[in-house]
Amino acid sequence: MKAMDIRKIIETGLASIAPEADFDELSPTENIREELDIDSFDFLNFLIGLNEKLGIDIPEADYEKLVSMNDLVNYLDERTG
Amino acid sequence: MADFIMPSLGADMKEGLLVAWRVKPGDQVKHGDIIAEIETQKGLFEIEVFSTGVVGPLLVNPGPDKVPVGTVMTTISAGDELPSPARTSSEKRINISPAARRLADENHISIYDLKGSGPDGVIGLADVERVLTLAPPVAAPEVVKQTTDFKTGMRDAIAAAMSLSNREIPHYYLASDIDMSCALDWLEERNRQRSIRERLLPVVLPLKAVALALKKVPQLNAHWVDGKIQLKKDVHIGFAISLRGGGLLTPALHNVDQLSLDQLMAALSDLITRTRAGKLRGSEMTDAGITVTSLGDLGVRTVFGVIYPPQVGLVGLGRIAEQPWVEQGAVSARPVLTATLAADHRASDGHLGAQFLDAFTRILQEPAKL
Repeated sequence: MKAMDIRKIIETGLASIAPEADFDELSPTENIREELDIDSFDFLNFLIGLNEKLGIDIPEADYEKLVSMNDLVNYLDERTG
Repeated sequence: MADFIMPSLGADMKEGLLVAWRVKPGDQVKHGDIIAEIETQKGLFEIEVFSTGVVGPLLVNPGPDKVPVGTVMTTISAGDELPSPARTSSEKRINISPAARRLADENHISIYDLKGSGPDGVIGLADVERVLTLAPPVAAPEVVKQTTDFKTGMRDAIAAAMSLSNREIPHYYLASDIDMSCALDWLEERNRQRSIRERLLPVVLPLKAVALALKKVPQLNAHWVDGKIQLKKDVHIGFAISLRGGGLLTPALHNVDQLSLDQLMAALSDLITRTRAGKLRGSEMTDAGITVTSLGDLGVRTVFGVIYPPQVGLVGLGRIAEQPWVEQGAVSARPVLTATLAADHRASDGHLGAQFLDAFTRILQEPAKL
């Protein structure tokens, strides 16, 4: 799967939590949870959504690695092959 | 016979808007059934009935006028009050064609209010249609919903409740730093063995610990009403949930002391989802005996809470962060949670509040027992 497709899936998931989010304005290195005001409950649901769409299990220990859009795309890209 | 009145869904609520009836006259209802949808400043709520029986005439039509709290909206004749023969015969006297009855039901028109123009006073379709053209149309929920600006209304409601709280409640505040190593190690191990769908959020541990601590210190699971404390039998915990448009709601998680951590996680997910979707039940807004607010996600260390009247306590949870921890003369880095209690000094003293935080701390040291 291409990085662009992964990004699209991430954006769709985030948009369902933060409908007002403008992804063109979002810097790829910014902290997504802070920028979009996503709490731990919403973040867990977001990861569950990624798990369902991409079939990747994200261990809890990896949550802290997933801070920015770049982090998310790279992490998922490495695991979708 | 019990009156079904416009309920009060909080100390700040004076009136509400009936958006829709979910029942019609003659329907059999039981305790807990949803019978109406009501809009308040804080949003839309499903309202349950707390008696079992048969719904009487609907005395209030849906919107656009607001209905004062306490107004009788319909009656529920008790289940054991079987209709007397006289009553049955009087009901039988309403002669109405099936098509007319259906049209009346669909438009929430009470058939008891209709006058028949047919032979022997039979109510026909035309009679219902006449009422429909004369009466202002029953507003569809979509139309009614737009009458309140929730952002302003929510702010007004919070302003009213919090002003009342700070005006009338002499708060005292206590804080405890809690070593969360045991609890988090245990949670990490448990979550590692589970798929992402089955994982627990850390907040369920302190939530359950609050419930168990309240069993030991029940005086903080209470309401302050007319100058007296009223202890709550059940452990229902209000949980502060922020809304994306601004504002917050503190609906109750029910019987938290009796839930397993998995059940509590499921209940919490359901409650947060319904709160943010505007699908709460009225009772969830009123039956909590204490509130928990967790602001640790945003890095807050200590929460100094404002009690939600008529409750007598609020537990604040800050972030869980690594801090130097001294034990038996040695310093180590431990994950530490700062938990606070804001309590009503009319209803309890600092000693009791300290007993609560002590129990809460001890319970969190034995996570397997949660």
